[in-house]
Amino acid sequence: MKLFRVLVVAAGLLLLWEALVRLTAVPPFILPGPLAVALRFLAQFDLLLHHGWVTAVEILLGLFCGTLMGMASALLIVASRPARAWLMPLLVISQALPVFALAPLLTLWFGYGLASKVVMASLIIYFPVAAAFVDGLRRADPGLIDLARVMGASPLAILLNLRLPGALPALASGLRVAAATAPIGAVVGEWVGSSRGLGYLMLHANARLQVDLMFAALALLALFSLTLYFTLDAALRRLTAWQPESDSVSAAGFSLLPEKGPS
Amino acid sequence: MTGQAPSVRLRGAALRFGGRAVFSDLDLDLPAGRWTCLLGESGIGKTSLLRLIAGLGSADETRGHLSCSDGLPLAGRVAYMGQRDLLLPWTTVLQNVVLGARLRGGRAAARETEGRAAALLRAVGLAGREEDLPGSLSGGMRQRVALARTLFEDCPVVLMDEPFSALDAVTRHRLQALASDLLRGCTVFMVTHDPLEALRLADRIEVLAGLPPQLRPVFEPAGQAPRPLDDPALAQQAGRLMIVLGDGARAA
Repeated sequence: MKLFRVLVVAAGLLLLWEALVRLTAVPPFILPGPLAVALRFLAQFDLLLHHGWVTAVEILLGLFCGTLMGMASALLIVASRPARAWLMPLLVISQALPVFALAPLLTLWFGYGLASKVVMASLIIYFPVAAAFVDGLRRADPGLIDLARVMGASPLAILLNLRLPGALPALASGLRVAAATAPIGAVVGEWVGSSRGLGYLMLHANARLQVDLMFAALALLALFSLTLYFTLDAALRRLTAWQPESDSVSAAGFSLLPEKGPS
Repeated sequence: MTGQAPSVRLRGAALRFGGRAVFSDLDLDLPAGRWTCLLGESGIGKTSLLRLIAGLGSADETRGHLSCSDGLPLAGRVAYMGQRDLLLPWTTVLQNVVLGARLRGGRAAARETEGRAAALLRAVGLAGREEDLPGSLSGGMRQRVALARTLFEDCPVVLMDEPFSALDAVTRHRLQALASDLLRGCTVFMVTHDPLEALRLADRIEVLAGLPPQLRPVFEPAGQAPRPLDDPALAQQAGRLMIVLGDGARAA
């Protein structure tokens, strides 16, 4: 039902777009209709796939590295007081510096290839992942920690058995933000300097007034981002199924999956 | 329970909160294998006293000297049960019962004890619910799981902080009887604000009252716990107990 509604809205918007293009007779190098974009998509499918694959690898690698760094920092921050004192400012600075401003510098340091894009995507998701995970780890029920201490549990056992699973819903919300923003990092990286990828393709198509190709690349990027988000969302929901939906952080997230409930 | 439960002596217990002394120089004895209840108004320091015995007190707030009749340290021989069930929502009822083994010895150690945990769940009336998640249980059932988890620890000394106060009257009544039955032979220390609960379960009742709070003369209800609530003697004793509690309140 939800999927159906989304499809209806999408179809309606596409129709509106096509109608607008036909009625205003705007030249195709300014705004092509969705039909023209679709035809171009099919005609240059190989080219799009070639560049799309590059971007997909950048996004996935960035997501992986950024998540790993974010989670490791969060664990360090929670586990040791000195680490908290040293890492917390770093964490805040990483968010205060706009990655877009850093992009040219990162390209200079890490080259025009894959590495600079992965670094960019990692940086952009590092903060949401780390902040959400720290929050989740810290929010462990003090009563539960006391119970574990009476039971004779070591701090490590408490971390692994109580804090970590308890922090999963919070981490999940951080990962959702990460999945939605990692593509931004990769594409911005490609805009600044690259020879491959959807961002590169869009930039060049734009410069040559091949606006239909630009839209086709954009569509592929959107398709990829949405697939990534919803796949991750479904996996995270499965992992945190024990969480009651009403006070779950994921309840605030957008999902195509049917809501759990007494229906 | 393995072996004989020791008696516990607490000497010179003191609690400071925000730089202010709440109580000082309290002496408390928990006789071996008996059920001791501590009554008192809320905020008077009952829970802090229990946390001190549990080894959870922070050094700058609570102090006191603890010793056991068998000369061994108390730490590691205490099981704790609170007002909230504190069940892990992400794992099964059975895994919640074996939590202590899991925390101390890891997954493998916990697996070896699952048979005993299942037997305890049968004893608290939850046979067949081993693989359910706590979220699917009622409040009373959840507290039964917490009781099974406490029993699983197999400790000679059991500390309980208002374990039944969040339950409805009927469920509370049933669980009191169950706990009284299953904890026989343990040295039990239970904090409560309900005189009837104390009279039903305790072998000894201590009252923390007054300003500064002091432990009032020990009260020993007659007969074997759990006592029936329709016993007229119980109502009479409840009246006397309220006077002791109220005296403290008047002094304050």
